Amino acid sequence: MTEIRPASDELRAAVARRLKARNAAERRFQLYGRIAIAVALGFLLLLLGRIVQQGWSTFVDYRLTAQVYVDPARIDPADPGGANYDLMIAEQLLKRIGVADDEFGTRSDAMKALLSGDLGFQVLDRVKADPSVIGKTFTLSAPLKADAGLYFKGQITRATPEDERPLTSEQLDWLDRLNAGGLVKSEFNTTFLTRSDSTEPEQAGVLGAVVGSALMLLLTAALAIPIGVLAATYLEEFAPKNRWTDMVEVNINNLAAVPSIVYGLLGLAVFINWMNVPRSSPLVGGLVLALMSLPTVIIATRSALRAVPPSIREAALALGASRTQTVFHHVLPLALPGVMTGAILSLAHALGETAPLLMVGMVSFVPGVPDALTSASTVLPVQIFIWENASERAFQERTAAAIMVLLAFMIIMNLAAVLLRRRFERRW
Amino acid sequence: MLTFVALLVLMAFSGAVYWAARRRAGVIARGSSTPINSRPGHHGAYAAVWTAAPAALVLLLVGFFGDRVEESLVEARLPAVVRAMDAAERQIFLDDAISLARGQARSETLYAPEVQGALEASAAEVKVLEGRLHLFSLAAAAALALAGAVWGLSRIQAAFRAREGVERWLRGLLLACSVTAVFTTVGIVASLVWESWRFFQAVPLQAFLFGLEWDPQSAMYADQVVSEGAFGAIPLFAGTFLIMLIAMLVAAPVGLFAAIYLSEYASPRTRGLVKPLLEVLAGVPTVVYGFFAALTVGPLFRAGFNAIGAQLVGGPFNDLGLYLGEVQNQMALVAGAVMGVMLIPFVSSLSDDIINAVPQSLRDGSLAMGATRSETVKKVVLPAALPGVMAAMLLAVSRAVGETMIVTMAAGLQARTTLNPLETVTTVTVQIVTLLTGDQEFDSPRTLSAFGLGLTLFVVTLALNVVALRIVQKYREQYD
Repeated sequence: MTEIRPASDELRAAVARRLKARNAAERRFQLYGRIAIAVALGFLLLLLGRIVQQGWSTFVDYRLTAQVYVDPARIDPADPGGANYDLMIAEQLLKRIGVADDEFGTRSDAMKALLSGDLGFQVLDRVKADPSVIGKTFTLSAPLKADAGLYFKGQITRATPEDERPLTSEQLDWLDRLNAGGLVKSEFNTTFLTRSDSTEPEQAGVLGAVVGSALMLLLTAALAIPIGVLAATYLEEFAPKNRWTDMVEVNINNLAAVPSIVYGLLGLAVFINWMNVPRSSPLVGGLVLALMSLPTVIIATRSALRAVPPSIREAALALGASRTQTVFHHVLPLALPGVMTGAILSLAHALGETAPLLMVGMVSFVPGVPDALTSASTVLPVQIFIWENASERAFQERTAAAIMVLLAFMIIMNLAAVLLRRRFERRW
Repeated sequence: MLTFVALLVLMAFSGAVYWAARRRAGVIARGSSTPINSRPGHHGAYAAVWTAAPAALVLLLVGFFGDRVEESLVEARLPAVVRAMDAAERQIFLDDAISLARGQARSETLYAPEVQGALEASAAEVKVLEGRLHLFSLAAAAALALAGAVWGLSRIQAAFRAREGVERWLRGLLLACSVTAVFTTVGIVASLVWESWRFFQAVPLQAFLFGLEWDPQSAMYADQVVSEGAFGAIPLFAGTFLIMLIAMLVAAPVGLFAAIYLSEYASPRTRGLVKPLLEVLAGVPTVVYGFFAALTVGPLFRAGFNAIGAQLVGGPFNDLGLYLGEVQNQMALVAGAVMGVMLIPFVSSLSDDIINAVPQSLRDGSLAMGATRSETVKKVVLPAALPGVMAAMLLAVSRAVGETMIVTMAAGLQARTTLNPLETVTTVTVQIVTLLTGDQEFDSPRTLSAFGLGLTLFVVTLALNVVALRIVQKYREQYD
């Protein structure tokens, strides 16, 4: 029997030292973990905060409400489209704030640069609809030019040297006077939500992109969900276990990890060049995204089917149902919440996808709302990409605002998936 | 449009057949002395499927491929004036003839009078052909639908196994759906290989893979000779590698530590809070990360480096200071760092699964021996999870290599072979986007080179995935 000797003081001290060091290492290790999570969440906060900070001002719109006298001297009733309404309005506004135009008309041109072209079009529309308005006065309202709006939003300031900002000090004075005269009002920006892309930032909106995204996503859902669910049902419930089905399985797993841009190349080569599907259309975008979401839908459906216990199948079979009846009357309905959750999540992913759509020509300027699957269209993420590349400063806030709209849609879809899961989730 | 209407009519007709067959089966069931084999609904479905499926197949085939048949028929009969044109002009002529025949807007090409005449003649021909094609397809579909209906209705008998017939069709449909996935792969491989093959005829493979200069702009016009150096992809591979490396330097430690903390230390409440938030980070579209990188992180880094540079100028590191003072917004570091953040949730959720798969008994054993938690993680859990973690990293690398939007918006376009993270570099995906956005002539090597790059990308990511999935599979078997 070994004799148990009391530990020497040195040994005890050494153990205590080691223990201290080990505990310190333990705390350090935990700290690293905390830092890692803080980094990730901090970045998320920074990202979302910064986008809201950049984008919220888009939803405030500075509108000019002014009385416009349709001057008969400047309009040829035979050709109402030939008149320069913008200049006419600019001159009247100059007079209104008590500024005399110089002989070259530079001041009225400078004033015109503060007004949205929308104002002139409104007058033109009225004159075209009813030529008798010539010589009358009516009140019109339109957004200010984007740069003028940025001045009121405080993003263009007098502190910046004059040659480095888009507006001269004189123009800023006029804006102040217009504002003091009660002509300028700030409102909620409905233009951004009710119009489509435009070369003028103050008239650009996301409606066309939202409709394009919706059309494309509908097509994606209509193709990817049924095909994906049926494919998964076959592989999980009917397929014999052999080399062929193994190959299909490996294939699907690998397809799920193919970079999305490769799907864009596929769409370009197969759908556009070989099948002559129209470029830039929600049709080709939807086809590409359907192929891209198919593997994820299949994988989600298979795991939902696998979660249905075998006892359900055995009970149905024992009562004389055929295998098809077992699957379609019992297993699939029970797996449906899981299937739908997976499908919604993969659609949300498809909604945010950009790269493959650039390949199939969706990155084009589309000023209208698409009305058919084959008409030229753009989608929200691509609209964001287009605006990010635009040089005007006012497009920057619109890009952030479009991101806010996109994220809102994604949050709605993800919430739907979470609620579906909470409501119908069943533990066997 | 015609196809669509015809399909609707067909659907209505097969619906009617369904009701008729169902009624008839019901009558037979009531009248027969032996029990009927299948339910009336199955008889209805059997007849309806035989009515609709073959006819719909004909309609869809004509709808998809009718245009191509039409085009090749017209092309075979083009007048001599048009045959003399080169391929691209002939294609435009053909498209215009078809547009003219359908009353659609045609291209703005101005034709010589005699060609204009030929155009109108071809358009008339297209009209006749199109009429015949439509007539043929409608007649064939109608005949098939009627025959199917008669066949289906005639087979209704008490002993007929209609259910098995319907289930055979259904199983065929299921099989067809699952084969779609295989067809997608075949489509990807075929389109990439075919277009790349055309590219490699113009530019030799070794010049592409090992060339040191990437400058596709120089070979933009048809009359320019494609110089071999213009399509060397090494700078792109280097740029992709550099950005991937930076991204992994961010994502690997942060993601792994986050996963370790969440699975080994965090309380269930923290876990329940942090995991969904990380999922939000994973759900943010990449174009949003790109916007953030280009307009927030880029200027921030630039300002930071410029400020450091201003401090160093005049000191012992004068040259470095001057260099840092001239750093631009677009640099590999910005794209790489933001991409790294994008990959954090990906790495952490994969690692989390793998760490959770390590049996609790291993941890318990280690803790019982007096090891601290961190020692358990470092000496027991991580070594056991190592292959899985490696697989997760490989998958993350494959994601980083294939990621497009962040690099397109934040990395830049200059092809450079460098390992300096402060330089502007370009990647494979950026070049694919740049080469293929906007209108390009499809046959130029410039456009085709995008497919060469796409094929390279596909092969590399596929290899990474196959290896990673193999490792995961092997590892899973260990503890089952």
